[in-house]
Amino acid sequence: MSLKLRIWRQADAADKGSMVTYQLQNVSPDMSFLEMLDVLNERLTLDGEDPVAFDHDCREGICGACSLVINGVPHGPEKATTTCQLHMRHFNDGETIDIEPWRAAAFPVVKDLVVDRRAFDKIIQAGGYISAPTGSAPDAHATPVPKADADLAFEAATCIGCGACVAACPNGSGMLFTAAKITHLGLLPQGQPERDTRVIDMINAHDEAGFGGCTNTGECTSVCPKGIPLETIARLNKDYRQALRASS
Amino acid sequence: MTMTDYYTLGDPVADTKAPDGPIETRWERRRFGAKLVNPANKRKLTVIVVGTGLAGGSAAATLGELGYQVKSYCYQDSPRRAHSIAAQGGINAAKNYRNDGDSVHRLFYDTVKGGDFRSRESNVHRLAQISVQIIDQCVAQGVPFAREYGGLLDTRSFGGAQVSRTFYARGQTGQQLLLGAYQALERQIAAGTVTMHDRHEMLELIIVDGRARGIVVRDLVTGEISTEFADAVVLASGGYGNVFFLSTNAKGCNVTASWRAHRKGALFANPCYTQIHPTCIPVSGDHQSKLTLMSESLRNDGRVWVPKAKGDNRVPADIPEDERDYYLERIYPAFGNLVPRDIASRAAKNVCDEGRGVGPGGLGVYLDFAAAIGRLGRDAVEAKYGNLFEMYQRITGEDPYTTPMRIYPAVHYTMGGLWVDYDLQSTIPGLFVIGEANFSDHGANRLGASALMQGLADGYFVLPNTIGDYLAAGPFPKLDAENAEVAEARKLVEDRIEKLLSINGDRTVDSFHRELGRIMWEYCGMERTDAGLRKAISEIRELKAEFWQRAKVPGDGEGLNQSLERAGRVADFFELAELMCIDALHREESCGGHFRAESQTEEGEAQRDDDTFSYVAAWEFGGDTPVLHKEDLTFEYVHPSQRSYK
Repeated sequence: MSLKLRIWRQADAADKGSMVTYQLQNVSPDMSFLEMLDVLNERLTLDGEDPVAFDHDCREGICGACSLVINGVPHGPEKATTTCQLHMRHFNDGETIDIEPWRAAAFPVVKDLVVDRRAFDKIIQAGGYISAPTGSAPDAHATPVPKADADLAFEAATCIGCGACVAACPNGSGMLFTAAKITHLGLLPQGQPERDTRVIDMINAHDEAGFGGCTNTGECTSVCPKGIPLETIARLNKDYRQALRASS
Repeated sequence: MTMTDYYTLGDPVADTKAPDGPIETRWERRRFGAKLVNPANKRKLTVIVVGTGLAGGSAAATLGELGYQVKSYCYQDSPRRAHSIAAQGGINAAKNYRNDGDSVHRLFYDTVKGGDFRSRESNVHRLAQISVQIIDQCVAQGVPFAREYGGLLDTRSFGGAQVSRTFYARGQTGQQLLLGAYQALERQIAAGTVTMHDRHEMLELIIVDGRARGIVVRDLVTGEISTEFADAVVLASGGYGNVFFLSTNAKGCNVTASWRAHRKGALFANPCYTQIHPTCIPVSGDHQSKLTLMSESLRNDGRVWVPKAKGDNRVPADIPEDERDYYLERIYPAFGNLVPRDIASRAAKNVCDEGRGVGPGGLGVYLDFAAAIGRLGRDAVEAKYGNLFEMYQRITGEDPYTTPMRIYPAVHYTMGGLWVDYDLQSTIPGLFVIGEANFSDHGANRLGASALMQGLADGYFVLPNTIGDYLAAGPFPKLDAENAEVAEARKLVEDRIEKLLSINGDRTVDSFHRELGRIMWEYCGMERTDAGLRKAISEIRELKAEFWQRAKVPGDGEGLNQSLERAGRVADFFELAELMCIDALHREESCGGHFRAESQTEEGEAQRDDDTFSYVAAWEFGGDTPVLHKEDLTFEYVHPSQRSYK
């Protein structure tokens, strides 16, 4: 198949940036989206042009590095699929494809399609953990965890930290990401001692990092490659209110 | 050429740190023998940790908790993205929660046997002992392992074992364990004991007065080169499977940190021991940029088969039961579909070589879940493997609930790595190596669910206990950029970058990498021969020379330049590839993942030669002619035997 690609090019954080058009022929439907970009970059390199910079690593949908807005949708048209696992068989011959970086105040562009997502690490630093220094643990079977809670905690914990939720949100909110961690740790008995301070500190860090507030539009969950449900945000709100009451 | 044209023989090397005496108490005695660092002095000591996977992340967090000043580096944009995240199946531990006959000794025994008697007994026993604590630690951190209805942890079986000792979190165990370590790391970053340097790549090791004292790094965003100092350096930079271009590794995985240390004097052990994983999604075309693993845990319930007849290209549903060859169950009735990885991979290669492979190019075998779905129901199969089935469908466009998966072996893990002693210290004082980057625990073949165990054992429990013995002599004298050895290391990096950028040839770096990978897969992959390896070495040398004349690296060293990053990594892969082939050539026996066609039993199984090759091959850098140092392996507790899974 042949494609017309319109790709966001931006030399560095200071550059204004613009969309640039490229024609690409002989794209195989079995290629992944990133393999299609590899082919483009090989050509640009040989033509003496600057290849397109984009983040990627595991290419199997789990590291969370890849981060492209494809035709206006973070990670593209397939549900529950990261960009690296999106295959060209979902596009049509002759199609025009727009490729842009995540756009959010908290994720400044580094170059082309690469953004800085360290704001997510800041949220985790504020309390997205259980304090259990190495060596201090009791036997793993000392505290049974109801299977339903463990399963729900696991589902929230599958968040890959890619940031698609933020890119999709009209407010640039990181609430789904934050809520996933609050839900994961808050459902486990091990997470109870720090439950109240965790939610308050993480919300504060979220706001300080430049993320917008949540107005329940639900765009986040619809693009989430791991299908983290919107209920996690309801759970976060409940925990937050409870923590504020407890602290006042 | 004779063998001595390829390498020379040096003095033997020995692990002087492992205590002798009863194996059960060696680790306890070593910890007692190791010097301690006073808590007040730990603040004055700095440790650099390169890599933030299970080993590096857990080590940096734990060293921070102990009070050391830690500087952590990763090439990714966040420490949470290290490739441990992609490990699927599980983590072994000798908890014996199943009461099925497991014990520390049995895990030790299985691991030594699984490694085909090419690992150190002392290290493996320690690993088995620590496995128990790892599960406790991870549960305390909130790792959401799979549980049963009673609320207790679930386990499953894995290749190479007849007990159920593998703890798991659906097909995302690596992700959950890594996030546990990452969160512990972020907690220490917030506490100020660890400073994090993401998007930084180590390009050189700094050695001053014979001690590892720092690294030269490039800031991948600004392009700035800087020299970073410490009292000790820990490499946790992972394996080198990407030398094959196509592997299950992440695209960024590379050997550069290890290779730079090797060039500076650290011995590189058993580089030819690579693991080819039997269950990966087959290659779909020339554009392929990486291979995707389907967890070995699938072999618990999936049955591997090919048609009995050559060239049978009917769809699988049309092939009747009696015309299918469930070859693993047929050849290995005791272990069936759960034979170790090296055996399953080679069996797949053999049936495909016979012309009985399935799918494009005949390079695939079926992994069939029909029987499991019939026995357990679709829901139960989905609960166990749902995400893996989805991943398979996304990549291939086929539904594994209704048609068998097609799988084929792919490079997955490297057992070789920098040589370390029992303390995990390399031959350079102050340079420690942990996780997949070292060589010590898996011998010639790693068992499934043991990589996560080893990475976390090294990072949480071994290194934090042993590094104190070295650091007790510190802090070492302050360094600055003016120091001659520091300036020289920095210049090496700058010159190399300039050289790569100045070639300005007519071939892309990726095209060289692909060709190197093809040579390695062909001649240093699942089956190796004397003639093939000699051919590979000469082809690699030619290609390497061509690389330095024709590679095209666009852009400059200022700012983000992903092509330059790749070029440096591929240049190091060329040198490593040569050493891998020389190691494979010199080891004229088959063992574990290293199968020499000249050394097999009448039934086609790997034939070890314990009289000649019961040693670790630790290589000293020597350009075209490396120097071989042998570390003899002795077995007091598990007696070497021909591995049998029949």
